Amino acid sequence: MTMESKNRMIDVRNVYFTYPHNNENESVVALDGVSLHIEKGEFVGIIGHNGSGKSTLSKLLNAIIFPTQGDVIVSGLNTKDQENLWTIRQTAGMVFQNPDNQLVATIVEEDVAFGPENLGVPPQEIRERVDRALAVVEMQAYAHQKPHQLSGGQKQRIAIAGILAMEPECIIFDEPTAMLDPSGRREVMETIKRLNRDKDMTVIHITHFMEEIVAADRIIVLDKGKVVMEGEPRTIFRQVKRLKEIGLDVPQMTELAYELRKEGLKIADDVLSIEEMVNALCQ
Amino acid sequence: MSVEIKNLSHTYSEGSPFEFKALKDINITIEDGSFIGIIGHTGSGKSTLIQHLNGLLTPSSGTVIVDGKDIFETKKAELIALRHHIGLVFQYPEHQLFEETVQKDVAFGPKNQGLNEEEIDQRVRQSIKMVGLDFDAIKDKSPFELSGGQMRRVAIAGVLAMEPSVLILDEPTAGLDPRGREEILAQIKLLHSQKQITVILVSHSMEDIGKMVDKILVMNEGEVVFFDTPNRVFTEISTLESIGLAVPEVTYLMRRLKEKYPEIREDVFTVEAAKKEILKVIRG
Repeated sequence: MTMESKNRMIDVRNVYFTYPHNNENESVVALDGVSLHIEKGEFVGIIGHNGSGKSTLSKLLNAIIFPTQGDVIVSGLNTKDQENLWTIRQTAGMVFQNPDNQLVATIVEEDVAFGPENLGVPPQEIRERVDRALAVVEMQAYAHQKPHQLSGGQKQRIAIAGILAMEPECIIFDEPTAMLDPSGRREVMETIKRLNRDKDMTVIHITHFMEEIVAADRIIVLDKGKVVMEGEPRTIFRQVKRLKEIGLDVPQMTELAYELRKEGLKIADDVLSIEEMVNALCQ
Repeated sequence: MSVEIKNLSHTYSEGSPFEFKALKDINITIEDGSFIGIIGHTGSGKSTLIQHLNGLLTPSSGTVIVDGKDIFETKKAELIALRHHIGLVFQYPEHQLFEETVQKDVAFGPKNQGLNEEEIDQRVRQSIKMVGLDFDAIKDKSPFELSGGQMRRVAIAGVLAMEPSVLILDEPTAGLDPRGREEILAQIKLLHSQKQITVILVSHSMEDIGKMVDKILVMNEGEVVFFDTPNRVFTEISTLESIGLAVPEVTYLMRRLKEKYPEIREDVFTVEAAKKEILKVIRG
Protein backbone atom coordinates (compact mmCIF):
# COMPACT_ATOMS: atom_id res chain seq x y z
CA MET A 1 0.00 0.00 0.00
CA THR A 2 1.44 3.36 -0.95
CA MET A 3 1.44 6.33 1.39
CA GLU A 4 -1.17 8.06 -0.72
CA SER A 5 -3.75 5.31 -0.64
CA LYS A 6 -3.23 4.81 3.09
CA ASN A 7 -4.41 8.33 3.86
CA ARG A 8 -7.18 8.30 1.35
CA MET A 9 -10.69 8.09 2.75
CA ILE A 10 -12.62 8.38 -0.48
CA ASP A 11 -11.68 8.18 -4.10
CA VAL A 12 -14.20 9.01 -6.80
CA ARG A 13 -12.80 8.04 -10.19
CA ASN A 14 -14.39 9.42 -13.32
CA VAL A 15 -17.92 8.73 -12.16
CA TYR A 16 -21.02 9.08 -14.29
CA PHE A 17 -24.50 8.62 -12.92
CA THR A 18 -27.69 8.64 -14.96
CA TYR A 19 -31.15 8.38 -13.45
CA PRO A 20 -33.02 5.89 -15.67
CA HIS A 21 -35.88 8.12 -16.79
CA ASN A 22 -38.49 10.54 -15.59
CA ASN A 23 -42.16 10.62 -16.58
CA GLU A 24 -41.36 11.76 -20.07
CA ASN A 25 -38.91 8.91 -20.63
CA GLU A 26 -35.86 11.14 -20.70
CA SER A 27 -32.88 9.94 -18.75
CA VAL A 28 -31.22 12.51 -16.50
CA VAL A 29 -27.45 12.75 -16.22
CA ALA A 30 -26.83 13.71 -12.59
CA LEU A 31 -23.06 13.24 -12.52
CA ASP A 32 -21.01 13.79 -15.64
CA GLY A 33 -17.47 12.53 -15.16
CA VAL A 34 -16.67 13.44 -11.57
CA SER A 35 -13.25 12.72 -10.08
CA LEU A 36 -12.35 13.75 -6.56
CA HIS A 37 -10.73 12.47 -3.43
CA ILE A 38 -11.09 13.04 0.29
CA GLU A 39 -8.19 12.43 2.67
CA LYS A 40 -8.57 10.99 6.16
CA GLY A 41 -9.28 13.68 8.76
CA GLU A 42 -10.23 16.31 6.18
CA PHE A 43 -13.20 18.67 6.46
CA VAL A 44 -14.53 19.14 2.95
CA GLY A 45 -17.45 21.38 2.03
CA ILE A 46 -19.50 20.58 -1.07
CA ILE A 47 -21.65 23.31 -2.60
CA GLY A 48 -23.77 23.57 -5.72
CA HIS A 49 -27.31 24.68 -6.50
CA ASN A 50 -30.28 22.34 -6.37
CA GLY A 51 -29.87 19.76 -9.11
CA SER A 52 -26.09 20.15 -9.38
CA GLY A 53 -25.51 16.55 -8.34
CA LYS A 54 -24.55 17.01 -4.67
CA SER A 55 -27.06 14.59 -3.23
CA THR A 56 -26.43 12.02 -5.95
CA LEU A 57 -22.76 12.17 -5.06
CA SER A 58 -23.44 11.71 -1.36
CA LYS A 59 -25.61 8.67 -2.04
CA LEU A 60 -22.84 7.16 -4.16
CA LEU A 61 -20.32 7.59 -1.32
CA ASN A 62 -22.61 5.69 1.01
CA ALA A 63 -23.31 2.90 -1.51
CA ILE A 64 -27.02 3.68 -1.59
CA ILE A 65 -26.71 3.99 -5.37
CA PHE A 66 -23.94 2.86 -7.71
CA PRO A 67 -22.07 4.59 -10.56
CA THR A 68 -23.39 4.08 -14.09
CA GLN A 69 -19.72 4.27 -15.03
CA GLY A 70 -16.53 4.77 -13.02
CA ASP A 71 -15.59 3.75 -9.49
CA VAL A 72 -16.25 4.93 -5.97
CA ILE A 73 -13.66 3.67 -3.49
CA VAL A 74 -14.35 4.12 0.22
CA SER A 75 -11.45 3.30 2.52
CA GLY A 76 -9.93 1.11 -0.19
CA LEU A 77 -13.20 -0.75 -0.93
CA ASN A 78 -15.04 -0.45 -4.24
CA THR A 79 -18.78 0.14 -3.80
CA LYS A 80 -19.35 -2.11 -6.81
CA ASP A 81 -18.47 -5.25 -4.87
CA GLN A 82 -21.58 -6.49 -3.14
CA GLU A 83 -19.64 -8.04 -0.26
CA ASN A 84 -18.25 -4.61 0.65
CA LEU A 85 -21.65 -2.96 1.08
CA TRP A 86 -22.08 -3.27 4.83
CA THR A 87 -18.50 -2.38 5.62
CA ILE A 88 -18.78 0.71 3.43
CA ARG A 89 -22.03 1.86 4.98
CA GLN A 90 -20.51 1.41 8.40
CA THR A 91 -17.36 3.26 7.36
CA ALA A 92 -19.16 6.22 5.82
CA GLY A 93 -22.15 7.29 7.91
CA MET A 94 -24.73 9.73 6.67
CA VAL A 95 -26.81 12.46 8.28
CA PHE A 96 -29.73 13.89 6.31
CA GLN A 97 -31.70 17.11 6.17
CA ASN A 98 -34.84 16.23 8.08
CA PRO A 99 -34.23 15.09 11.67
CA ASP A 100 -37.77 13.72 11.92
CA ASN A 101 -37.10 11.18 9.18
CA GLN A 102 -34.01 9.76 10.86
CA LEU A 103 -35.10 8.99 14.39
CA VAL A 104 -36.72 5.59 14.77
CA ALA A 105 -37.08 4.80 18.48
CA THR A 106 -39.26 6.32 21.20
CA ILE A 107 -36.40 6.93 23.65
CA VAL A 108 -33.24 8.84 22.76
CA GLU A 109 -30.73 6.19 23.89
CA GLU A 110 -32.64 3.43 22.13
CA ASP A 111 -32.46 5.46 18.97
CA VAL A 112 -28.70 5.81 19.28
CA ALA A 113 -28.43 2.06 19.95
CA PHE A 114 -30.35 1.15 16.78
CA GLY A 115 -27.28 1.22 14.49
CA PRO A 116 -24.88 -0.86 16.59
CA GLU A 117 -27.70 -3.33 17.39
CA ASN A 118 -28.13 -3.94 13.69
CA LEU A 119 -24.40 -4.46 13.32
CA GLY A 120 -24.59 -7.24 15.91
CA VAL A 121 -22.45 -5.44 18.48
CA PRO A 122 -22.55 -7.21 21.91
CA PRO A 123 -24.95 -5.55 24.43
CA GLN A 124 -22.27 -4.41 26.87
CA GLU A 125 -20.37 -2.70 24.09
CA ILE A 126 -23.56 -1.11 22.75
CA ARG A 127 -24.08 0.47 26.17
CA GLU A 128 -20.57 1.91 26.08
CA ARG A 129 -20.88 3.16 22.52
CA VAL A 130 -24.22 4.84 23.19
CA ASP A 131 -22.87 6.64 26.26
CA ARG A 132 -19.77 7.73 24.38
CA ALA A 133 -21.74 8.94 21.37
CA LEU A 134 -24.20 10.93 23.51
CA ALA A 135 -21.26 12.50 25.34
CA VAL A 136 -19.63 13.59 22.09
CA VAL A 137 -22.80 15.42 20.93
CA GLU A 138 -23.33 16.68 24.51
CA MET A 139 -26.76 15.10 24.89
CA GLN A 140 -26.18 12.73 27.86
CA ALA A 141 -28.76 14.60 29.89
CA TYR A 142 -31.42 13.69 27.33
CA ALA A 143 -30.71 9.94 27.14
CA HIS A 144 -34.10 8.96 28.56
CA GLN A 145 -36.19 11.62 26.82
CA LYS A 146 -38.55 11.12 23.93
CA PRO A 147 -37.06 12.39 20.65
CA HIS A 148 -40.24 14.27 19.69
CA GLN A 149 -39.83 16.51 22.74
CA LEU A 150 -36.47 17.78 21.52
CA SER A 151 -35.73 20.85 19.40
CA GLY A 152 -34.64 20.45 15.78
CA GLY A 153 -30.98 21.03 16.63
CA GLN A 154 -31.11 18.49 19.44
CA LYS A 155 -32.80 15.91 17.18
CA GLN A 156 -30.06 16.40 14.62
CA ARG A 157 -27.42 15.86 17.31
CA ILE A 158 -29.15 12.60 18.27
CA ALA A 159 -29.07 11.56 14.61
CA ILE A 160 -25.34 12.29 14.62
CA ALA A 161 -24.89 10.25 17.83
CA GLY A 162 -26.71 7.35 16.15
CA ILE A 163 -24.13 7.42 13.36
CA LEU A 164 -21.21 7.79 15.80
CA ALA A 165 -22.34 4.69 17.67
CA MET A 166 -21.60 2.71 14.50
CA GLU A 167 -18.02 4.01 14.73
CA PRO A 168 -17.61 5.25 11.18
CA GLU A 169 -14.39 6.75 9.84
CA CYS A 170 -16.19 9.39 7.89
CA ILE A 171 -19.56 11.18 8.09
CA ILE A 172 -21.36 12.70 5.15
CA PHE A 173 -23.72 15.51 6.15
CA ASP A 174 -26.34 16.23 3.49
CA GLU A 175 -27.69 19.71 4.34
CA PRO A 176 -28.05 18.89 8.06
CA THR A 177 -28.96 22.47 9.00
CA ALA A 178 -31.44 23.28 6.22
CA MET A 179 -34.49 22.84 8.43
CA LEU A 180 -33.10 24.39 11.61
CA ASP A 181 -33.38 27.85 13.14
CA PRO A 182 -30.20 29.90 13.74
CA SER A 183 -29.54 28.54 17.23
CA GLY A 184 -30.17 24.95 16.08
CA ARG A 185 -27.84 25.53 13.17
CA ARG A 186 -25.12 26.82 15.48
CA GLU A 187 -25.47 23.77 17.78
CA VAL A 188 -25.16 21.33 14.92
CA MET A 189 -22.26 23.15 13.26
CA GLU A 190 -20.33 23.27 16.53
CA THR A 191 -20.87 19.53 16.93
CA ILE A 192 -19.66 18.81 13.39
CA LYS A 193 -16.58 21.00 13.77
CA ARG A 194 -15.73 19.41 17.12
CA LEU A 195 -15.98 15.92 15.63
CA ASN A 196 -13.48 16.86 12.97
CA ARG A 197 -11.12 18.79 15.24
CA ASP A 198 -11.10 16.63 18.38
CA LYS A 199 -12.07 13.20 17.11
CA ASP A 200 -10.27 13.36 13.78
CA MET A 201 -13.46 12.42 11.99
CA THR A 202 -13.42 12.90 8.23
CA VAL A 203 -16.29 15.26 7.43
CA ILE A 204 -18.01 15.87 4.12
CA HIS A 205 -20.44 18.73 4.57
CA ILE A 206 -22.99 19.52 1.87
CA THR A 207 -24.70 22.85 2.41
CA HIS A 208 -26.34 25.96 0.98
CA PHE A 209 -25.00 28.14 3.78
CA MET A 210 -21.59 29.43 2.78
CA GLU A 211 -20.72 30.68 6.29
CA GLU A 212 -20.73 27.05 7.49
CA ILE A 213 -17.73 26.08 5.36
CA VAL A 214 -15.57 29.16 5.71
CA ALA A 215 -13.26 27.13 7.99
CA ALA A 216 -13.28 23.92 5.88
CA ASP A 217 -9.98 22.48 4.67
CA ARG A 218 -11.25 22.36 1.13
CA ILE A 219 -14.38 23.21 -0.87
CA ILE A 220 -15.64 21.37 -3.93
CA VAL A 221 -18.12 23.18 -6.18
CA LEU A 222 -20.47 21.15 -8.35
CA ASP A 223 -22.42 22.49 -11.29
CA LYS A 224 -24.46 20.47 -13.76
CA GLY A 225 -22.94 17.21 -12.56
CA LYS A 226 -19.32 18.34 -12.89
CA VAL A 227 -16.68 19.53 -10.44
CA VAL A 228 -16.16 23.14 -11.56
CA MET A 229 -14.02 24.50 -8.73
CA GLU A 230 -11.95 22.99 -5.97
CA GLY A 231 -9.64 24.50 -3.37
CA GLU A 232 -9.29 26.27 -0.04
CA PRO A 233 -12.25 28.44 1.03
CA ARG A 234 -10.22 31.58 0.38
CA THR A 235 -9.40 30.57 -3.17
CA ILE A 236 -13.00 29.58 -3.89
CA PHE A 237 -14.90 32.47 -2.33
CA ARG A 238 -12.74 35.21 -3.86
CA GLN A 239 -14.31 34.20 -7.19
CA VAL A 240 -17.50 36.05 -6.34
CA LYS A 241 -18.65 36.63 -9.90
CA ARG A 242 -18.20 33.04 -10.99
CA LEU A 243 -20.02 31.66 -7.95
CA LYS A 244 -22.94 34.01 -8.52
CA GLU A 245 -23.11 32.95 -12.14
CA ILE A 246 -23.71 29.37 -11.10
CA GLY A 247 -26.38 30.43 -8.61
CA LEU A 248 -24.32 30.34 -5.44
CA ASP A 249 -23.55 32.85 -2.73
CA VAL A 250 -20.40 33.94 -0.96
CA PRO A 251 -20.06 34.79 2.76
CA GLN A 252 -21.34 38.30 3.51
CA MET A 253 -17.89 39.65 4.34
CA THR A 254 -16.43 38.35 1.08
CA GLU A 255 -19.23 39.97 -0.85
CA LEU A 256 -18.73 43.27 0.96
CA ALA A 257 -14.98 43.16 0.23
CA TYR A 258 -15.78 42.50 -3.43
CA GLU A 259 -18.19 45.44 -3.57
CA LEU A 260 -15.72 47.77 -1.83
CA ARG A 261 -12.96 46.76 -4.24
CA LYS A 262 -15.23 47.62 -7.15
CA GLU A 263 -15.47 51.12 -5.65
CA GLY A 264 -11.69 51.36 -5.71
CA LEU A 265 -10.97 50.63 -2.05
CA LYS A 266 -7.69 48.81 -1.58
CA ILE A 267 -8.76 45.72 0.24
CA ALA A 268 -7.89 42.03 -0.13
CA ASP A 269 -10.34 40.00 -2.22
CA ASP A 270 -10.21 36.98 0.06
CA VAL A 271 -11.71 38.43 3.23
CA LEU A 272 -13.82 35.77 4.95
CA SER A 273 -14.59 36.91 8.48
CA ILE A 274 -15.66 40.01 10.40
CA GLU A 275 -12.27 40.00 12.10
CA GLU A 276 -10.42 40.14 8.79
CA MET A 277 -12.68 42.89 7.53
CA VAL A 278 -12.12 44.99 10.66
CA ASN A 279 -8.36 44.57 10.21
CA ALA A 280 -8.57 45.48 6.55
CA LEU A 281 -10.56 48.65 7.23
CA CYS A 282 -8.80 49.83 10.39
CA GLN A 283 -5.18 49.68 9.28
CA MET B 1 -56.88 44.49 4.75
CA SER B 2 -55.77 45.48 8.20
CA VAL B 3 -55.29 42.86 10.89
CA GLU B 4 -55.66 43.75 14.53
CA ILE B 5 -54.55 41.23 17.13
CA LYS B 6 -56.13 42.00 20.48
CA ASN B 7 -55.14 40.50 23.86
CA LEU B 8 -54.54 37.22 22.07
CA SER B 9 -53.50 34.24 24.18
CA HIS B 10 -53.33 30.59 23.25
CA THR B 11 -52.68 27.64 25.52
CA TYR B 12 -52.23 24.16 24.09
CA SER B 13 -53.71 21.19 26.00
CA GLU B 14 -55.15 23.48 28.64
CA GLY B 15 -55.71 21.78 32.01
CA SER B 16 -53.63 18.72 31.07
CA PRO B 17 -50.09 17.90 32.28
CA PHE B 18 -48.89 18.99 28.81
CA GLU B 19 -50.36 22.47 29.13
CA PHE B 20 -48.26 24.94 27.18
CA LYS B 21 -48.80 28.67 26.90
CA ALA B 22 -47.83 29.37 23.30
CA LEU B 23 -49.10 32.96 23.10
CA LYS B 24 -49.39 35.40 25.97
CA ASP B 25 -51.49 38.52 25.53
CA ILE B 26 -50.40 39.67 22.08
CA ASN B 27 -51.47 43.15 20.97
CA ILE B 28 -50.43 44.42 17.56
CA THR B 29 -51.98 46.09 14.54
CA ILE B 30 -50.87 45.28 11.03
CA GLU B 31 -51.81 48.10 8.65
CA ASP B 32 -53.48 47.48 5.33
CA GLY B 33 -50.89 47.03 2.57
CA SER B 34 -47.91 46.76 4.89
CA PHE B 35 -45.13 44.20 4.73
CA ILE B 36 -44.39 42.58 8.08
CA GLY B 37 -41.66 40.13 9.06
CA ILE B 38 -42.03 37.74 11.99
CA ILE B 39 -38.90 36.34 13.56
CA GLY B 40 -38.22 34.23 16.65
CA HIS B 41 -36.60 30.89 17.35
CA THR B 42 -38.45 27.58 17.13
CA GLY B 43 -41.14 27.44 19.80
CA SER B 44 -41.44 31.22 20.17
CA GLY B 45 -45.07 31.20 19.02
CA LYS B 46 -44.74 32.40 15.41
CA SER B 47 -46.65 29.53 13.83
CA THR B 48 -49.31 29.55 16.53
CA LEU B 49 -49.83 33.26 15.93
CA ILE B 50 -50.26 33.05 12.16
CA GLN B 51 -52.69 30.16 12.47
CA HIS B 52 -55.01 32.48 14.38
CA LEU B 53 -55.06 35.03 11.60
CA ASN B 54 -57.33 32.95 9.39
CA GLY B 55 -59.12 31.12 12.15
CA LEU B 56 -57.31 27.77 11.93
CA LEU B 57 -56.76 28.01 15.66
CA THR B 58 -59.21 29.52 18.12
CA PRO B 59 -57.81 31.80 20.83
CA SER B 60 -57.91 30.79 24.50
CA SER B 61 -58.67 34.45 25.08
CA GLY B 62 -58.59 37.66 23.05
CA THR B 63 -59.36 37.91 19.36
CA VAL B 64 -58.33 38.89 15.83
CA ILE B 65 -60.08 41.68 13.96
CA VAL B 66 -59.73 41.67 10.19
CA ASP B 67 -60.99 44.76 8.37
CA GLY B 68 -63.01 45.75 11.42
CA LYS B 69 -64.62 42.32 11.80
CA ASP B 70 -63.97 40.09 14.78
CA ILE B 71 -63.25 36.80 13.03
CA PHE B 72 -64.16 34.70 16.04
CA GLU B 73 -67.52 36.41 16.48
CA THR B 74 -68.69 35.93 12.91
CA LYS B 75 -70.92 33.12 11.69
CA LYS B 76 -69.24 30.09 10.22
CA ALA B 77 -70.21 30.94 6.65
CA GLU B 78 -68.78 34.40 7.03
CA LEU B 79 -65.55 33.05 8.49
CA ILE B 80 -65.14 30.74 5.52
CA ALA B 81 -65.57 33.67 3.14
CA LEU B 82 -63.05 35.62 5.17
CA ARG B 83 -60.54 32.78 4.99
CA HIS B 84 -60.50 33.14 1.22
CA HIS B 85 -59.06 36.58 1.71
CA ILE B 86 -56.31 35.44 4.02
CA GLY B 87 -53.93 33.13 2.21
CA LEU B 88 -51.62 31.03 4.32
CA VAL B 89 -48.60 29.35 2.75
CA PHE B 90 -47.32 26.77 5.20
CA GLN B 91 -43.75 25.61 5.69
CA TYR B 92 -42.72 23.21 2.93
CA PRO B 93 -46.00 23.84 1.08
CA GLU B 94 -44.91 21.50 -1.71
CA HIS B 95 -45.79 18.62 0.60
CA GLN B 96 -49.40 19.60 0.08
CA LEU B 97 -49.40 19.29 -3.69
CA PHE B 98 -51.64 16.41 -4.66
CA GLU B 99 -53.23 16.81 -8.10
CA GLU B 100 -52.27 15.07 -11.32
CA THR B 101 -51.24 18.24 -13.09
CA VAL B 102 -49.93 21.64 -12.09
CA GLN B 103 -52.98 23.31 -13.63
CA LYS B 104 -55.40 21.20 -11.60
CA ASP B 105 -53.46 21.73 -8.42
CA VAL B 106 -53.44 25.50 -8.69
CA ALA B 107 -57.13 25.45 -9.67
CA PHE B 108 -58.14 23.63 -6.48
CA GLY B 109 -58.51 26.76 -4.35
CA PRO B 110 -60.52 28.92 -6.77
CA LYS B 111 -62.69 25.89 -7.62
CA ASN B 112 -63.62 25.64 -3.96
CA GLN B 113 -64.45 29.32 -3.99
CA GLY B 114 -67.18 28.45 -6.46
CA LEU B 115 -65.85 30.50 -9.37
CA ASN B 116 -66.83 29.72 -12.95
CA GLU B 117 -64.54 27.85 -15.33
CA GLU B 118 -63.41 30.89 -17.21
CA GLU B 119 -62.49 32.82 -14.11
CA ILE B 120 -60.69 29.82 -12.63
CA ASP B 121 -58.67 29.40 -15.79
CA GLN B 122 -57.69 33.04 -15.80
CA ARG B 123 -56.62 33.01 -12.17
CA VAL B 124 -54.59 29.85 -12.63
CA ARG B 125 -52.74 31.37 -15.59
CA GLN B 126 -52.13 34.59 -13.73
CA SER B 127 -50.87 33.09 -10.52
CA ILE B 128 -48.55 30.65 -12.27
CA LYS B 129 -47.12 33.58 -14.16
CA MET B 130 -46.82 35.58 -10.93
CA VAL B 131 -44.53 32.99 -9.36
CA GLY B 132 -42.27 33.15 -12.39
CA LEU B 133 -43.22 29.92 -14.16
CA ASP B 134 -44.15 29.42 -17.80
CA PHE B 135 -47.83 28.41 -17.85
CA ASP B 136 -47.81 26.57 -21.19
CA ALA B 137 -44.63 24.67 -20.43
CA ILE B 138 -45.68 23.53 -17.00
CA LYS B 139 -49.47 23.25 -16.89
CA ASP B 140 -49.74 19.59 -17.91
CA LYS B 141 -46.77 18.35 -15.91
CA SER B 142 -47.22 16.37 -12.74
CA PRO B 143 -46.27 18.54 -9.76
CA PHE B 144 -44.10 15.67 -8.57
CA GLU B 145 -41.70 15.72 -11.48
CA LEU B 146 -40.70 19.33 -10.84
CA SER B 147 -37.60 20.51 -8.98
CA GLY B 148 -37.93 21.50 -5.31
CA GLY B 149 -37.94 25.21 -6.12
CA GLN B 150 -40.56 24.79 -8.85
CA MET B 151 -42.79 22.71 -6.58
CA ARG B 152 -42.55 25.42 -3.94
CA ARG B 153 -43.68 28.02 -6.48
CA VAL B 154 -46.59 25.93 -7.71
CA ALA B 155 -47.74 25.58 -4.09
CA ILE B 156 -47.52 29.34 -3.61
CA ALA B 157 -49.41 29.88 -6.89
CA GLY B 158 -52.19 27.71 -5.48
CA VAL B 159 -52.68 30.19 -2.64
CA LEU B 160 -52.32 33.25 -4.90
CA ALA B 161 -55.05 31.90 -7.18
CA MET B 162 -57.52 32.56 -4.38
CA GLU B 163 -56.51 36.25 -4.63
CA PRO B 164 -55.96 36.83 -0.93
CA SER B 165 -55.82 40.37 0.48
CA VAL B 166 -53.50 39.19 3.21
CA LEU B 167 -50.75 36.75 2.28
CA ILE B 168 -48.96 34.92 5.08
CA LEU B 169 -45.87 32.88 4.25
CA ASP B 170 -44.22 30.60 6.81
CA GLU B 171 -40.54 30.25 5.86
CA PRO B 172 -41.05 30.26 2.12
CA THR B 173 -37.33 29.86 1.38
CA ALA B 174 -36.44 27.03 3.79
CA GLY B 175 -34.32 24.37 2.14
CA LEU B 176 -33.86 26.24 -1.16
CA ASP B 177 -30.48 27.07 -2.67
CA PRO B 178 -29.27 30.70 -2.76
CA ARG B 179 -30.70 31.43 -6.22
CA GLY B 180 -34.00 29.77 -5.36
CA ARG B 181 -34.22 31.86 -2.19
CA GLU B 182 -33.51 35.08 -4.04
CA GLU B 183 -36.07 34.36 -6.76
CA ILE B 184 -38.89 33.52 -4.37
CA LEU B 185 -38.22 36.62 -2.26
CA ALA B 186 -38.07 38.87 -5.33
CA GLN B 187 -41.43 37.53 -6.47
CA ILE B 188 -43.02 38.09 -3.08
CA LYS B 189 -41.73 41.65 -3.08
CA LEU B 190 -43.08 42.26 -6.56
CA LEU B 191 -46.42 40.81 -5.60
CA HIS B 192 -46.64 43.09 -2.61
CA SER B 193 -45.90 46.20 -4.62
CA GLN B 194 -48.10 45.29 -7.61
CA LYS B 195 -51.15 44.01 -5.79
CA GLN B 196 -50.92 46.27 -2.75
CA ILE B 197 -51.76 43.35 -0.50
CA THR B 198 -50.69 42.92 3.11
CA VAL B 199 -47.80 40.45 3.37
CA ILE B 200 -46.67 38.67 6.54
CA LEU B 201 -43.40 36.80 6.17
CA VAL B 202 -42.15 34.38 8.82
CA SER B 203 -38.44 33.72 8.47
CA HIS B 204 -35.31 32.65 10.30
CA SER B 205 -33.19 34.82 8.07
CA MET B 206 -32.53 38.29 9.44
CA GLU B 207 -30.86 39.18 6.15
CA ASP B 208 -33.96 38.36 4.12
CA ILE B 209 -36.33 40.07 6.49
CA GLY B 210 -34.18 43.17 6.91
CA LYS B 211 -34.12 43.77 3.16
CA MET B 212 -37.84 43.49 2.57
CA VAL B 213 -40.17 44.47 5.36
CA ASP B 214 -41.59 47.70 6.83
CA LYS B 215 -41.73 46.33 10.33
CA ILE B 216 -40.39 43.30 12.19
CA LEU B 217 -42.27 41.45 14.88
CA VAL B 218 -39.78 39.71 17.17
CA MET B 219 -41.27 36.98 19.34
CA ASN B 220 -39.92 35.04 22.28
CA GLU B 221 -41.70 32.54 24.52
CA GLY B 222 -45.10 33.59 23.26
CA GLU B 223 -44.57 37.30 23.78
CA VAL B 224 -43.82 40.31 21.60
CA VAL B 225 -40.26 41.50 22.18
CA PHE B 226 -40.17 44.17 19.45
CA PHE B 227 -42.56 45.38 16.79
CA ASP B 228 -40.64 48.06 14.98
CA THR B 229 -38.72 49.04 11.83
CA PRO B 230 -35.69 46.90 10.87
CA ASN B 231 -33.35 49.82 11.62
CA ARG B 232 -34.52 50.00 15.21
CA VAL B 233 -34.76 46.24 15.78
CA PHE B 234 -31.30 45.42 14.43
CA THR B 235 -29.53 47.81 16.77
CA GLU B 236 -30.82 45.78 19.75
CA ILE B 237 -28.07 43.20 19.29
CA SER B 238 -27.76 42.08 22.91
CA THR B 239 -31.52 41.59 23.42
CA LEU B 240 -31.74 39.64 20.15
CA GLU B 241 -28.80 37.44 21.12
CA SER B 242 -30.27 36.77 24.54
CA ILE B 243 -33.33 35.23 22.87
CA GLY B 244 -31.30 33.06 20.52
CA LEU B 245 -31.37 35.32 17.45
CA ALA B 246 -28.50 36.90 15.63
CA VAL B 247 -28.21 40.00 13.47
CA PRO B 248 -26.66 39.91 9.98
CA GLU B 249 -22.85 39.75 9.86
CA VAL B 250 -22.61 43.26 8.40
CA THR B 251 -24.41 44.65 11.46
CA TYR B 252 -21.80 43.07 13.72
CA LEU B 253 -19.14 44.52 11.47
CA MET B 254 -20.53 48.05 11.82
CA ARG B 255 -20.49 47.72 15.58
CA ARG B 256 -16.84 46.68 15.48
CA LEU B 257 -15.94 49.50 13.13
CA LYS B 258 -17.45 52.03 15.50
CA GLU B 259 -14.34 51.77 17.69
CA LYS B 260 -12.28 53.30 14.90
CA TYR B 261 -15.00 55.33 13.16
CA PRO B 262 -17.32 56.63 15.90
CA GLU B 263 -19.57 58.36 13.35
CA ILE B 264 -20.47 55.14 11.52
CA ARG B 265 -24.13 54.10 11.59
CA GLU B 266 -25.00 50.83 13.26
CA ASP B 267 -28.46 50.31 11.81
CA VAL B 268 -27.10 48.65 8.69
CA PHE B 269 -28.10 45.13 7.73
CA THR B 270 -27.48 44.67 4.02
CA VAL B 271 -24.20 44.43 2.11
CA GLU B 272 -25.37 47.29 -0.10
CA ALA B 273 -26.01 49.64 2.83
CA ALA B 274 -22.77 48.60 4.54
CA LYS B 275 -20.84 49.43 1.40
CA LYS B 276 -22.33 52.94 1.24
CA GLU B 277 -21.75 53.62 4.91
CA ILE B 278 -18.15 52.39 4.87
CA LEU B 279 -17.32 54.45 1.79
CA LYS B 280 -18.89 57.48 3.42
CA VAL B 281 -16.82 57.34 6.61
CA ILE B 282 -13.59 56.29 4.92
CA ARG B 283 -13.73 58.88 2.17
CA GLY B 284 -15.17 61.46 4.56
